[in-house]
Amino acid sequence: MTLDSKIPAGPLAQKWDAHKAAIKLVNPKNKRKYTVLIVGTGLAGASAAASLAELGYHVKSFCIQDSPRRAHSIAAQGGINAAKNYPNDNDSIWRLFYDTIKGGDYRSREANVYRLAQVSNNIIDQATAQGVPFAREYGGNLANRSFGGAQVSRTFYARGQTGQQLLLGAYSALMRQVDAGMVEIFSRREMLDLVVEDGHARGIVVRNLVTGELESYAGHAVVLATGGYGNVFYLSTNAVNSNATAAWRSHKRGAMYANPCYTQIHPTCIPVSGDHQSKLTLMSESLRNDGRVWVPRKKGDKRPPAEIPDEERYYYLEERYPSFGNLVPRDVASRNAKQVCDEGLGVGTTGLAVYLDFADAIREFGEQTIRERYGNLFDMYEKITDENPYKVPMRIYPAVHYTMGGLWVDYNLMSTIPGLYVAGEANFSDHGANRLGASALMQGLADGYFVLPYTINDYLAGVKADKLHTESDAFKEARNAVTERVNKLLAVKGKKTVREIHRELGHIMWNYVGMARNKEGLEKALQEIPKLREEFWSNINVTGSDKNLNKALEQAGRLADYLELGELMARDALNREESCGGHFREESQTEEGEAKRNDEEFSYVAAWEYLGEDKIQALHKEELVFENVKLTQRSYK
Amino acid sequence: MEKTINLKLKIWRQSAPDAKGELVSYDVKDVSTEMSFLEMLDVLNEDLTKKGEEPVEFDSDCREGICGTCGIVINGIPHGQEKATTVCQLHMRHFKDGETVLLEPWRAKAFPVIKDLVVDRSAFDRIISAGGYISTKTGSAPDANIIAVPKPDAELAMDMAACIGCGACVAACPNASASLFVGAKISQLSLLPQGRIEAATRVQNMVAQMDAELFGACTNIQECEAVCPKEISISAIARMRREYVKAAFK
Repeated sequence: MTLDSKIPAGPLAQKWDAHKAAIKLVNPKNKRKYTVLIVGTGLAGASAAASLAELGYHVKSFCIQDSPRRAHSIAAQGGINAAKNYPNDNDSIWRLFYDTIKGGDYRSREANVYRLAQVSNNIIDQATAQGVPFAREYGGNLANRSFGGAQVSRTFYARGQTGQQLLLGAYSALMRQVDAGMVEIFSRREMLDLVVEDGHARGIVVRNLVTGELESYAGHAVVLATGGYGNVFYLSTNAVNSNATAAWRSHKRGAMYANPCYTQIHPTCIPVSGDHQSKLTLMSESLRNDGRVWVPRKKGDKRPPAEIPDEERYYYLEERYPSFGNLVPRDVASRNAKQVCDEGLGVGTTGLAVYLDFADAIREFGEQTIRERYGNLFDMYEKITDENPYKVPMRIYPAVHYTMGGLWVDYNLMSTIPGLYVAGEANFSDHGANRLGASALMQGLADGYFVLPYTINDYLAGVKADKLHTESDAFKEARNAVTERVNKLLAVKGKKTVREIHRELGHIMWNYVGMARNKEGLEKALQEIPKLREEFWSNINVTGSDKNLNKALEQAGRLADYLELGELMARDALNREESCGGHFREESQTEEGEAKRNDEEFSYVAAWEYLGEDKIQALHKEELVFENVKLTQRSYK
Repeated sequence: MEKTINLKLKIWRQSAPDAKGELVSYDVKDVSTEMSFLEMLDVLNEDLTKKGEEPVEFDSDCREGICGTCGIVINGIPHGQEKATTVCQLHMRHFKDGETVLLEPWRAKAFPVIKDLVVDRSAFDRIISAGGYISTKTGSAPDANIIAVPKPDAELAMDMAACIGCGACVAACPNASASLFVGAKISQLSLLPQGRIEAATRVQNMVAQMDAELFGACTNIQECEAVCPKEISISAIARMRREYVKAAFK
């Protein structure tokens, strides 16, 4: 199988326009003869569903939550980037493109990232028109703030709830199409298999999570917008139901999985408090606009932070990276936090935390201003930790947050299965080896509002608008496979709970495939994960039945997939013998301990092809071509 | 500081929508005060699974108070007694050693029980689809700064837009009214210039759908405001009524 990225020819700034001009169209009368299935209702899924329905396609929209409004995009806090240049600080499409591709450590496609920067401004316009209440200046214009990895203020925000507001905007557009009869919503449905007929994606099999029944749906195209796989690590900032099952099932039906080792560890999360912990909570990167990160200079300094004088504090980001200071990209901030803690300078009961201190900002701007900027985040911090961050510095530590890897897609966002599109975090396309803050919202909405509604026409124009059915052999086979798997999970009746095995997987992943990786550790992970998988299938205990709501059964199915995906992540990390962005191989670092790329050998997208049960995936390489940016060692000093 | 406590839980168990439910007692021991309420239930469910019993079903997702998925009536109060808090953000340090805690699902005709503490809130989606939006097609928006919005209006719209759609307002209301939920959305959109165009049809259609879903009427009891995890003011309901009257005379 060859990988064709379908990147249009021509100068970078004209590629997208040229491509749009060449795309085939579907006549408005014919659009209504096509059905598109869209799985997931986060930013990418909801915006795609609404936009395709507006064009006249029939859309069926699926989500695992009880309402499409609850998808995990809702938890994004800080903001969304766009190249509006409203602050007049010399921002431009080029700069947003350049910062994003550099931030991703030169492991993404120039053409994709440039397109993302181009449509970024339309997203802000669209959201504003929908009634998204972005922060404003006193004159009534939109306000901006700064985020990591950029020296301009290009981030639009709605307090600390930007994801919520953008999602509710997309959700409202989606519900308008429900009212118009163009979209049917199927909530509390989990996609458990993809149906491929004659090499084309033609449908899905879902489990109705309330009745337990398997349902089949056919469509002329399928869009996956099912989010990332951070929960492989057990503890992450993802929602407890976020999962990789739809993407992984599609991988097993022929969609290649790209760069699975690229995971983002977010630097500012509330530290773990104990074994009972079910998830980690992020404190927005926007806090680094005003908060200063530090640890005591002296090892084991147990004095309360207020009693440690300034000269005995190590503001390590400001000292090590004078030009970006506290606003270095996430991978750099996380690794530095780990380093100082590994050196014994960490604070708190576990020693696995650093301070994020607002005392200076409160002195300068007053408590009221800080409250206006971050009030909800400070409240959330206090609820969880019982400490008041207006009085004492926050304690933070890195946690798994986002996965840059995902299903491989071409420039049209189509996977290696014709007719299967992948959007948002579920694809691998735009963030390279590290995603900059405020870029996930941008990408999810770019894919859904402004890319898919164009590119999907090109495919559908070549597909017959024939009558859909769900009784073909391919549908039957998929339904049988799902039934067999569900029965198998219930039949084990072993001793361990899903949570216990998931926690063990999390330990393996965090220790060997986490913030710092090396050959020995990755090889160990490749031994440990299959062993744990074996234990899962022989000793898991799933109570209840498949005939009604059974969350233990849902979680067991997801864990079974993590136990395979985790192994591929380790394999990909082992293969990539360089450091880049969030993927840090200890064997490959600069003298100063920064990630050291090896462009000669690893300037490619690693796309893995599934070959069958118990077989090792085959690696395919898509070479990355850089014609417009010069590859340099990333420096934020 | 972390310590551990023991609790007696009385939990509503109901195996199916039409099954008869009952309160069942459980003892939970050595609960860390650092845990969230839902993490405490996770531990209970681990124990039940080990004993071969069916775990208690409850909804939750983000566990950081923003998705609106979770919701349990704790000792008679939706989301428990802490102000401005969802169940997932309620921590065990607020409970006393030896305390008996009562757990019930949201109770409202419009929110039928699915199983144990899980209810069906799809009525909220139907209300939004009746008019909780601004009709603007993808691609047709003008430059965002063409629509200037006075900062106080934008801030108030954001206060209203903070609603997470959890349904605590309905669960707390003796009339099971959804007025705070509906009023918040109507207020957000009617405060913004881009939302004025459809203001009249929006309020009429959303209120009609709210009634069709069998939510009760608002009689100014204010329980909704008291339990709202996002502290949405009942001024939202006053604004909804003003919009409704305006629409009637249009």
